[in-house]
Amino acid sequence: MTLAFSGEEIASQVEEQLPGSIVDSSQDSLVVNSESWLAVATFLKDTPGLDFDYLTSITAVDYYDYFEMVYQLTSLKHNHSLVVKTRCYEREKPKLPSVVSLWRGADFQEREIYDLMGISFDGHPNLKRIFLWQGFQGHPLRKDYL
Amino acid sequence: MALKTEPFVINVGPQHPSTHGVFRMRLTLDGEVIVDVEPVLGYLHRGIEKLAEGRTYTQNIPFTDRLDYLASMSNNLAYVLAVEKLAGIPVPERAEYLRVIMAELQRIASHLVGVGAFLNDCGAFMTPLLYMFREREKILDLFEMVCGQRLTYNYMRIGGVSHDIPAEFLPALDRFVTTMPGFIDEYDQLLAENEILLARAKGVGILPEELAINISASGPVLRGSGVRWDIRKADPYSVYDRLEFDIPTGSVGDCYDRYWVRIQEMRQSVRIIRQAVEQLPPGEVRTEVPHLLHPPEGEAYGHIEAPKGELGFYLVSDNSIAPYRFHVRAPTLINLTALRDMMIGWKVADAVIIFGSIDICLAEVDR
Repeated sequence: MTLAFSGEEIASQVEEQLPGSIVDSSQDSLVVNSESWLAVATFLKDTPGLDFDYLTSITAVDYYDYFEMVYQLTSLKHNHSLVVKTRCYEREKPKLPSVVSLWRGADFQEREIYDLMGISFDGHPNLKRIFLWQGFQGHPLRKDYL
Repeated sequence: MALKTEPFVINVGPQHPSTHGVFRMRLTLDGEVIVDVEPVLGYLHRGIEKLAEGRTYTQNIPFTDRLDYLASMSNNLAYVLAVEKLAGIPVPERAEYLRVIMAELQRIASHLVGVGAFLNDCGAFMTPLLYMFREREKILDLFEMVCGQRLTYNYMRIGGVSHDIPAEFLPALDRFVTTMPGFIDEYDQLLAENEILLARAKGVGILPEELAINISASGPVLRGSGVRWDIRKADPYSVYDRLEFDIPTGSVGDCYDRYWVRIQEMRQSVRIIRQAVEQLPPGEVRTEVPHLLHPPEGEAYGHIEAPKGELGFYLVSDNSIAPYRFHVRAPTLINLTALRDMMIGWKVADAVIIFGSIDICLAEVDR
């Protein structure tokens, strides 16, 4: 059985190394400050014992007040998993750091989020629409798009 | 005197027999050698995620059939598992076993198409594919018995399955399970040491182990590269923890290994079905669930080992009748990330084979 880490457990470890990076933590997940997200991701990937080497899935949810990114991380080495979230409060031009430099599996998934949710990813090597055509207006998965 | 040459861009697809649907590859060639590949997607984008946010949890089950239509049973299963996790719904034991039987039959059916189409790409035009379809037909007959459908089954329900199996199902399944290993041997005999397959697939399109993990590959693509990772073992769902089976893995990560893993997985699936039929308990096949389900506020990620890789559904509930967010972790979209790394440096004739060895379904990639 994959061991699902509680957010609180990891939060204390992360907070020790990177103070001020955690916004919130619960049994199910860990919410990270968007400015510190790349540093936290690097920490989660490279710390022995955590070794989150596999980025299972990325998605974004529109909660009107903010966009929430949900990262499902897994370690194939230790068979454990963690859900990390980060939030973006900007609606006009939302921007978050890209994790393609750490997990290349993020490439198409970030493009998909950019396309359908309209969040830009800083540092993505080829950020353009993936499903809809260039020049399409709007981002259909946003809640205010009808 | 050196000749002055220029890279040459060629579009493969979107209408091209080898692309298994509507998919375009922009190949940049230097002579015959591929120097760059850009996959162009979206020709089959139907906005299923957006549509699903406007429909009830039960109404979304048929949508999942239309993701990877070669493995509808698996898609149904992944989705209902996610909803059950979200709403905390128990499933009767008999239904769990029926789900496992269907999911494994579906894995065989999907791999038969995958391998058959792959050999088509290799140049063994239609003969192997029709051999594979001969057996797939029997699986479709079995599915028709349980749900009346041959492609989009809509068989799983939240809290179980839609019907119990009819009386003629188990004898027919028994015949299938008895004969299938012989047919797999036949494929092996025809293909495993076939000169065409060896020459065209061995050592071609290598995906190293570390890259396969970094690129979030899953399913036969990941296991072909030698990573022993299977959700059925790593994070068992349904009743997989009670069944014995092995995880076949490749050694090099070339096209041949991915083909080989699929053939071996069919053998393992037959083994799983045998055990599941033996252990199949009597009883109910469905928990009573309200027609309009209101799961409590929260979120759930349910995932399974689908034939083509890890299929996951991420659902967010706001306690209304429709999911607030419905996201599909599509294994084949993410496996396609590896396409560029596998193709660069190979000849244009290999492009089709490398692409075919990923075994994708565009309806799932584009959603």
